[in-house]
Amino acid sequence: MAQNEDDVSAVSRRDFFKTVGVSGLATGVLAATEQQAQAAPGTLGPGPVPVRLTINGRPYNLHIEPRVTLLDAVRDHALLTGNKRVCDRGTCGACTMIVDGRTVYACSTLAIETQGKKIRTVEGLANGGTLHPVQEAFCDKDAMMCGFCTPGFVMATVALIEKFPHPTPAQIRHELNGNVCRCGTFNRVLEAAAQAGGVNHG
Amino acid sequence: MKAFAYVSPTTAKDAIAALKAGGIVRPLAGGQDLLARLKDYVETADTLVNVKQALDATVTPAGGGLKIGAAVTLDALSTNPHVIRMYPALAEAAAKVGSPQIRHQGTVGGNLNQRPRCWYFRQEEFVCFKKGGNRCFSVDGENQHHAIFGNDGPSKIVHSSSLAVPAVAYGARFVVAGPNGEREIPAAEYFTLPTMQNVKKENVLGDDELLTHVILPAPGHIRSGHYEVRFKESRDWPMAFATVVVTMNGANVASARVVLGAVAPTPWRSEAAERALVGKPLTQATAEAAAAAAVEGAKPMSQNAYKIQITKTAVVRAILEAAGKRA
Repeated sequence: MAQNEDDVSAVSRRDFFKTVGVSGLATGVLAATEQQAQAAPGTLGPGPVPVRLTINGRPYNLHIEPRVTLLDAVRDHALLTGNKRVCDRGTCGACTMIVDGRTVYACSTLAIETQGKKIRTVEGLANGGTLHPVQEAFCDKDAMMCGFCTPGFVMATVALIEKFPHPTPAQIRHELNGNVCRCGTFNRVLEAAAQAGGVNHG
Repeated sequence: MKAFAYVSPTTAKDAIAALKAGGIVRPLAGGQDLLARLKDYVETADTLVNVKQALDATVTPAGGGLKIGAAVTLDALSTNPHVIRMYPALAEAAAKVGSPQIRHQGTVGGNLNQRPRCWYFRQEEFVCFKKGGNRCFSVDGENQHHAIFGNDGPSKIVHSSSLAVPAVAYGARFVVAGPNGEREIPAAEYFTLPTMQNVKKENVLGDDELLTHVILPAPGHIRSGHYEVRFKESRDWPMAFATVVVTMNGANVASARVVLGAVAPTPWRSEAAERALVGKPLTQATAEAAAAAAVEGAKPMSQNAYKIQITKTAVVRAILEAAGKRA
């Protein structure tokens, strides 16, 4: 069984690299022939195109393919590696960023779609050497073990506190429900969120 | 995922024209399902047409009911005061989809048109009927999440949209726009049971069409209830659920609509359950009789007979919620 699985994944990887390797070439050929004749006005890519993002108030002029996710654009092109890539399928929450005031899974959002929007990552929280109150609360409550989910949880908690400045336990659970900690530090995270928002047992 | 071209038109007309760009073109709304399918090579696309600028993202009063744009996010739908007051089951279904992050991105149109969650469908290596193959792997495989109704056709998936079920229960109509103009389709006729001819799709939407609006009729004096049975409270599709919409004549039910979710390849209306409600008061006994009627004729597969009991539970609790009696 293990052998079979290895075989299957080996085939997938090979196919994957083949696809990537050829895509640049194929693009040029297609663009020159039928594709361009029929493409809708304003069609971009599939090759790299200019994408201007505003991350933590700073402009970033990137040159990336339309398929690049916000997460990969921020981590690999803007080189802000705080938010993590874990599941890459909108399941774990480690990539959580705040776009125009709302939490999103950056892995499941195309970077090209977020042009003109205010993107906030974990790097934008601290003010110089002073941590954001949510970051302070995570430290005070020791709300992490391996720490890989922490940037996503911190961003989700920041959005929670901005939406409900003094959240109830139910609101905390509801708003943090899109993030997962494989170490199981959930209770400490909930305590940190409660501390950051002030106590409300409502 | 394979590289694709991208275009973001600002009108529905341009978006529909862009769907004919050549090659495989897919509309991109919230992207919460589409991007995962592309990453997993469940499908590929040459061009994505971002339809969020082109489609309506507002909820507006229409004929005593509401007209909901396909680009309205699930978060906006679930918190809209008109939706909560007039169609509470729809608001509740939207509020329970995925997680806050998914509801911030996911749209009404995307939820209604999302592809099956079947784990065979989602794996590139399993070339099932829906991917042009010649078998449904769930028949001899792991089928605990598959259909107990409507499973005589080639594919045994359950429909994955939470909004589809209340949409059918409330008698919604879907507006579909294509190159030849608009057409309106009753929600109940939009979703299709799989046949060998249509098995690659779950609805009647053409590749060159977009679902643009959901029109909800004036609610009148309806009461509604919605209950989802879940494996865990957060972050998952319900295992079985039900929306119940009734009108009353004094203490007794005058008319009823009972629609089940996550049990069939489409939202599954149970006319037997509806008959069990009409003319009766909304009591626990009536609710249990209706629930028993709802699961008559169920055809469980090898691993999903448990869905019969939880479907009954969902029906009972949805009815009691409509009666204002849910604990």
